[in-house]
Amino acid sequence: MNAPPASAPAAASVPAEAALAAAILARYTNRQDQLLPALHALQDGIGYIPPGEVATIAQHFNLSRAEVHGVLTFYHDFLDTPPARCVVKVCRAEACQSMGADQLLEHARQALGCGLHERSADGSFGLEPVYCLGQCASAPALTIGDAVYARVTPARFDALVAQAAKPLTEAA
Amino acid sequence: MSTRIYVPGDSAALAVGADEVAVAIAAEAAQRGLDIALVRNGTRGLLWLETLVEVDTPEGRIGFGPVDAADVHALFESGFHLGASEHPLALGLVERIPYLARQQRLTFARAGVTDPLSLADYETHGGYRGLRNALLMAPSEIVAAVTSSGLRGRGGAAFPTGIKWNTVLKAPGLEKYIVCNADEGDSGTFADRIVMESDPFVLIEGMTIAGIAVGATRGYIYVRSEYPHAIAKLEAAIDTARSNGYLGRNLLSSGRSFELEVRKGAGAYICGEETALLESLEGKRGIVRAKPPLPALSGLFGKPTVINNVLSLATVPLILDKGAQYYQDYGMGRSRGTLPVQLAGNIKHGGLIELAFGVTLREILYDYGGGSASGRPIKAVQVGGPLGSYLPESQWDTPLDYEAFAALWAVLGHGGIVVHDERADMAKLARYAMEFCAVESCGKCTPCRIGSTRGVETIDKIRAGQPGQRVQQVVLLRDLCDTMLNGSLCAMGGMTPYPVLSALNHFPDDFGLADTSQHAA
Repeated sequence: MNAPPASAPAAASVPAEAALAAAILARYTNRQDQLLPALHALQDGIGYIPPGEVATIAQHFNLSRAEVHGVLTFYHDFLDTPPARCVVKVCRAEACQSMGADQLLEHARQALGCGLHERSADGSFGLEPVYCLGQCASAPALTIGDAVYARVTPARFDALVAQAAKPLTEAA
Repeated sequence: MSTRIYVPGDSAALAVGADEVAVAIAAEAAQRGLDIALVRNGTRGLLWLETLVEVDTPEGRIGFGPVDAADVHALFESGFHLGASEHPLALGLVERIPYLARQQRLTFARAGVTDPLSLADYETHGGYRGLRNALLMAPSEIVAAVTSSGLRGRGGAAFPTGIKWNTVLKAPGLEKYIVCNADEGDSGTFADRIVMESDPFVLIEGMTIAGIAVGATRGYIYVRSEYPHAIAKLEAAIDTARSNGYLGRNLLSSGRSFELEVRKGAGAYICGEETALLESLEGKRGIVRAKPPLPALSGLFGKPTVINNVLSLATVPLILDKGAQYYQDYGMGRSRGTLPVQLAGNIKHGGLIELAFGVTLREILYDYGGGSASGRPIKAVQVGGPLGSYLPESQWDTPLDYEAFAALWAVLGHGGIVVHDERADMAKLARYAMEFCAVESCGKCTPCRIGSTRGVETIDKIRAGQPGQRVQQVVLLRDLCDTMLNGSLCAMGGMTPYPVLSALNHFPDDFGLADTSQHAA
C-alpha cells in the first residue's frame, strides 16, 4: 500500500548500501517509534541516509515515503549525502559568542578555506554550525569528529585541525 | 597502600584534555614505580579549574587545577601524590575551596565525589535510600511527599512536580509512562549533562520512584545527540542497575517493575519542548502539539505521561530519603529547595553553583563568578537560556526566585546564566535570538515560523537604517513581538520576544536609538 506512485521519481538504490541498510533495518521491529533509532543506526553504519533507501525504510516501518522524508529533513543530524571525512562543528550559541565564537568561526573559515555547510578544497574537512555543546562555562567550544574541545583559541584550533588531518593524509 | 588519584572523566574535563592528563599521570607513576589507583570521577562543577586533579590524603582530597598534561611531571616532582601542596596549581582541600564550600549541594551532592559508574559508590553516598523508602509507601504518599517538598519543574517552566504526578496517578489507564526531558539545548545550561555524566544513578533512581508513584512501568530518557558522553554513561549505569536488581521485573523483590531506555535526539532544538519531544519519541517530526490535552492525561502514545526535566527527577531521591520538609526548608517564597545555577559565558569562574533560592544575581556574578573573564565590565546577563531576558546592571540585585524574575518581565527558568562583557552588541544578540528561532522553529504556528524571519529582517533594517526609519521599524518590531508573544503555540515563538525586547528596552543605544525604556513591554 505504500509503493511509490509511478509519477514520483525515486532515487536509485546502490546495491552495497541497500544490503547494508537491509541488514541494519532487520534489527528494528516495525513500530514507528523505532524509526529514529533505526535512522541513527543507518547513519552510523553507512555515513548518511542514502536517498535511494528511503523507500526501503518506509516499507520496513509501514510508513509513506513522504513521512520518512519529513522526518529525515526535519532533524539537522540526518544527512542525505556522505559527510566530509572530518567534520568540524563550531558552537554559535550565546555563551560561546560572549567568548569570541564569531572570531573563532571566522578563523575556521580562513584556516579550512570554506564557509559553513561547505568543505575544504581537498574535501577532507567539512565546517558546520552547532548550537550548544553544553561546554558554556569553558567557551568557545567545538567538535572535531566525535571529540569535543573547549576553551579553543585560534592557535589551539590550528593544532587540533593539524592533528585531525594527519590520519586523513596518511590514508590518502 | 596505593595512592588514590582522581581525574574527572566528564566531558567538560575531556574537552580541556583530561584524558591526556590521566595518561600522563599513569605513565609518570609507572616510570617512578609508584603504586597509584587512578579513578575517573565526575566533575565538581568548578569548571574553570578543569582538569581538576585530586589526591586522596588522610586529611581529605587535595585539589590541583587547572592541570595540563605538561604539568604532570612537575606535579610528581613536587610530591603532589604524597599530599604535598607546594606546586603552584595546588588548591588545598577541595571541599574547602570557597566556591564549593559556600554551596548547598543537595541534588549534586555526589557530583565529582564518586565514580559515576560505581553502584557501590552510589550506595555508600546515600544512593537508593529514597527508592527503598518509596517502596514502603503508598503511591499517593510518594506523590504527597513530592508535592509538599515544593519542588517545581527545573526545566524552566517551574510547574509544581507533585501536582503533575498527581494528575498522572489519578488518570485512568493501565499503561503509563515516565519521560525524562534530557534535551538540554539552551546555551548556558549544563546541569542536566553533569547529572547524567557525573551521577547517572540518581536520575535512574528518580525515574524509578516516579514510575512507582504513578503506576508506570516504562520510562524513556530523551537525550540530545550533542551529548554522546551522557548517553554512554546512562546506558552503562542502566545496565548496572538492571543487573543488580534495581530495574526490571520485580525490582528489589518488591513486586514492582520498571524498565528504562535511552533515546537519542537528532539535533532539533524544539524537541526540548515537551510535546515536540513526545512526537519525536514516537518516531515523528518534532512538531509541537496543541494543549490540551495535557501530556499528563494523553502523552506518549496517547497514554498518561509524567514528563519531567533531568534535575526535577534527580532531586526526587533526596526528597524521599530525607523527607519533604528537609528540602522545603531551603529557598524563599514559593521557590523552595535549591537551584543549580549554571554560570557561563564571559565569566572568570564559570561552573555549577547549587544554592537555595534567594541569592542575588550580583552575588553570583561577583562573589562566585569573580567578574568577567576578559576583565572588562559586565554589560548584560541573559538568564534562563536563549528565550530569557537580558538583564542590565540595574536589575542584578534581584534575588533568584521565580516570582521576582517574572515581576521584571524576565525568567529564571533553569538557572542558566550567560554573561556578556561591554563589547557585546545587544542589537546583534537580539537579531541572533530571532535567527535562532527561525532556524529551530518547528513550523506549526505562523507567528513563530514567519515572525522570526520577519524579526531578523526588521532588526537588520533598524541596525542599517536612517534614524527616521529606525523609529518606524521599532514600532513594527514591537508589534511583531506582541503577535509572537500572544499568538505562538509554545515557548519557542512565545518567548523569543523576551531577549529581543529586553535588549531593545535596556540597551537602545545599541540599536541606534535614544532611550525607549518607557515602552517596556
